This record gives sequence, structure tokens and C-alpha cells, in this order.
Amino acid sequence: MIFAAVLAGGSGKRMHTADMPKQFLPLGERPVIIHTLEKFLTCSRFEKVYVGMHPDWVDYMRDLVQRYVPGFADRICVVPGGSDRNGTIFNIIHSIEETYGQSDEHVIVTHDAVRPFVTIRMIEENIDAVLRCGAVDTVVPAVDTIVVSEDGKVISQIPNRAQMYQGQTPQSFRISLLKELYASLSEEEKEILTDACKICVVRDYPVQLVQGADTNLKITTPGDYKIAQAMVGGKIGD
Amino acid sequence: MINQIYQLTEPKVFSVKYEDLSFGDKVIVRPEYMAVCHADQRYYLGRRSAQALRKKLPMALIHECFGRIVYDPEGKLQPGQGVVLIPNIPERTDGPIYENYAEGSYFLSSGYDGFMQEMVTMRADRVVPCTGVQPQIAAITEFVSVAVHAATRFDRVAHEVRERIGIWGDGSLAYVLANVLTALFPHCKITVIGHQERKLAQFSFVDQTIHAGDIPENFRVDHAFECCGGDGSYYAIQDIIRYIRPQGTVMLMGVTENEVPINTRMVLEKGMTVVGCSRSGRADFLKAISLMQEPHFQNRLKLVVYEDAPVRSVGDIHRVFRNDAAAVFKTVFKWEV
Repeated sequence: MIFAAVLAGGSGKRMHTADMPKQFLPLGERPVIIHTLEKFLTCSRFEKVYVGMHPDWVDYMRDLVQRYVPGFADRICVVPGGSDRNGTIFNIIHSIEETYGQSDEHVIVTHDAVRPFVTIRMIEENIDAVLRCGAVDTVVPAVDTIVVSEDGKVISQIPNRAQMYQGQTPQSFRISLLKELYASLSEEEKEILTDACKICVVRDYPVQLVQGADTNLKITTPGDYKIAQAMVGGKIGD
Repeated sequence: MINQIYQLTEPKVFSVKYEDLSFGDKVIVRPEYMAVCHADQRYYLGRRSAQALRKKLPMALIHECFGRIVYDPEGKLQPGQGVVLIPNIPERTDGPIYENYAEGSYFLSSGYDGFMQEMVTMRADRVVPCTGVQPQIAAITEFVSVAVHAATRFDRVAHEVRERIGIWGDGSLAYVLANVLTALFPHCKITVIGHQERKLAQFSFVDQTIHAGDIPENFRVDHAFECCGGDGSYYAIQDIIRYIRPQGTVMLMGVTENEVPINTRMVLEKGMTVVGCSRSGRADFLKAISLMQEPHFQNRLKLVVYEDAPVRSVGDIHRVFRNDAAAVFKTVFKWEV
């Protein structure tokens, strides 16, 4: 079975929004996360769309589902997130296996709630690639030169830009594979994981690339939010 | 959700517009295959008047599309079901007036966004289920429906002597029309008059093809369809008036940006009926699909459909329009944005 996992564990610390996590800010007329969720709901290949939500906001999210997409409530399952991104993914996997059992056939397409400009193409290509290969990342070629500095003061390396990409989401995995690889990691290895694909990379499991888009932006800072609002013709304020 | 609309802002320039789209009272369709029409190509190349371009752009092009249902508020159409979309949107129906001529009607990709969108929202009555037709071929249903519409009107208008019907033109419209007329009027003999031997050779199923420069002096048709458009309209209409029998009906289908002089003296003398035909409505779509479900009919359409590589970016859209400009017949492509 194919599952979607919209990840919204963050608390909005990087925005000027102390109270409201960024995924709940209005984009145009409706919250960012609703736009993201609806894009996944358009894909009938998903058995269910899970939302991994910070525990404090689970009830709020359920209210949003009832308000904005009541006709799809039975296709959406909101579960409490974990302490970090991978913790949230594994909470969702746990919930999937409680309901649908364990299977090598289960795959999960994970996506940041704050990337509402994801396209159907990216979602479909993630599904096709993960069914074929087991692990998928969505990327765009790096536009800026990437500079490595080990001490934060001087450049230690400038990698060949042609080989550099910026990671986006969706990221997709065969669930049994992700669990197996994660279980094989030491605690030290787990601590350096900045995203789920790295679970595969540190164990040398090949992660297939799907083409993302510059417009698949992640709304993280007030500047991002202004750009996103401008893109949909919404109100731009500080 | 955020929907992407690929708008032509000026000739050969596309821009993506982002628009909020919600699950509301309209059907949502994900386009799968699209076909390019000459009208789209004229906008793309800027071969419309400056006034028309100013008035109608920016807008998304393409009005021929096969897609899959994403959402139907009434639940009659299931997600994933194949459908074709009617680009003509009538505001009301006026008795005997066909929906495609009704005042207040508008047409998607003519001043309103066409189907080059990530998802398209449509009124339920503008969405027609389509099964038994390959998606690549179903993409040209609108084109076939235009021929069906002309054939249907012809049947209502033309007198009953229909021994020989002439089709002036050897392009895609003439080809599809010839197929439709052969299917609907199997006892009529069809003659296709064109300029290019290579294109005329495709019309293997008609009674006769004639090069426009070699029409015998004693050649006669009872009725005629003009499918040339452009600069060819003048010469085709001139020929038709010359070779048509008295009280024949001529159906004008080719679009031209120019005003075309017509020998009205001969039109009057022969008592001709001249009928303008454009676009189509739901009934024509239903009839077109039933014709296309017939394997021989569908196979013939395949011969004039060229499938370009899928479109995933603005660059790919330019490639499709460039290739189509050099193509002999219809260009279809998979929409994967």
C-alpha cells in the first residue's frame, strides 16, 4: 500500500510567529498545511494521508480538517509527531502498521507541510520511483556555489557545483527498508541525521533522485512567507 | 491547494500563475493528454492581430484534452475515471440555438484559461466520460466533435441528393471530417481536394482524391465542406462555387484572419446555402466518442496523431509548439507538470 506522510512537527521558532506554527499561517485564504494536504488528497493512489503534528496542535489540526476538507476526513489520519523529524516519521509508520500490519509492500511518501507548492508530478514520480527502488529524494540542481568550511572561518573546500543538489521533499521510502536501516544505526549515527534520506546514505543504500522545482519552496522564514504570499496573490505583511 | 496555470503572456512567452483551488462545487480534472490546435499555434506565434493578443492574453492555451477525475462533488464520476473536457461554456441555452453559438457563451483558451493547468475545474456538464478510446487519441475528441457538429448541421440543412460530397482541404480537419462523413453517410461518395500529394495519400478510405490544380472541368459535387482556412479559404470557396451543383450546401469550417471576397453572383445564381460552422457542444462530444470507440475509426485517427515527448516544464511547452509548427497533422503530448 502507498501512504502519504505530511510532516508538521515544527513549532515555528524561525518565524516571527511565537504562537502559531508556520504551517497554520494563511496562504491566500487558507492555511499553508491545507494547501499541502489537498495536493496529496488529489492522488487516489494513496491509501491514507497521515499528518504528523506537534502534540500540542493535534486537536487544532483535526479541527482544520473538519473545517476545510470535511469530505476527506476518512482519508486523513492526524498523529502526534516525535521529538525530531525522523521521530515523527516513525510515529506515522507505527500508526500505519497498527492499522494495516507490517508488509514489504508498504511505501511512504513524506513531505514537509510547509512546502505547499509541491506538484502532482513530483508526487507521482516519487511513488513510481519508490515502488521501483525503495528510497527517493526530490532535489534541484544547486544554483549557488556550495562552499565547505569546517571551522566557520575559512573555506576548506569548494565542491564541483555540477554534482551539487539541494534537497527538497517529498522523500519516499519502502517502510520495511527504512526501519531496517534505522535499526542498524548507532546512537551517534542517529544524532547526525538531518533528514530521512541520510538513514539510507550512511548505510550506502542508493537513493534515487526525482526532479524538484525552485518553486517548491519551504516556508521557513518571514521572507519565504512573503514570497509564497506574493506567488498566490495573498496579503503581504510583516 | 495551489494550482499551477501555464499562461501565454505574449507570443512565445509563458509564465506560471499560482491560484488557490479548493474542493468545491465543481469537478476537478487532472489533464493527461492534450492536443495542439491551429488556434493555439496562432496565439503562440503571434499570428493574431495586436488588438486580439492584447485583449486575450495572458491565458492558458489548449482546448483539446483527455484527463482523469480527481474530484466530483456529486460523486457520479470516480477518481481516476477518464474524461474529455468541453471547452465551450454556455451561460444559457436559447431554444433552437446550438450551445456553441449561444450568446454569452465563452470558450476556454480564447480569452479564458485553457487546459494547460496542473488541474482544471469544470462544471459537471462540461465533463464527458470517455472509455474505449486510447488516451492519446481521446485527446483529440474536441477536434472530432467539431467535425461531428458540422456533419450534424449539414444533415439538417442540405437537400437529400447527396451522391457526392466534396471536402476542400487536406489537413487534419479535412481528414477527421472525411472519417466522420464516411461513418455517418456511408452511401455518399467523398472526394477530397487538396494541394499536397503526400497528405492526400492519407485519405485511403475515401472515394477519390484530386489535386487542387487538376480538377476536371466536368467535376461536380452536390455539397461541399471547406476545411482550408487561412490564405486557402479564398481559393477553396472560389472552387466550391464553381464545381457545386445548384442548391448545394457549403459548410465553411476553416478559420482565416482575412476577409474573404466571395462571388455572390454565382452563389445567388446557383441558389446555394452557405453555413458557417465552428466549435461544438456536449451532444457532439457524445457522438464523437461513440464514433471513436469503433476500432477502425480509431485506427484511422492514429495515422494522423503524432505523440511528442511528455511536457514537464515551460521548455517542453516551447518544444511541443515548435514541433507542431513543422508537423503535418495533429500533435498530442502527455501533460506531466
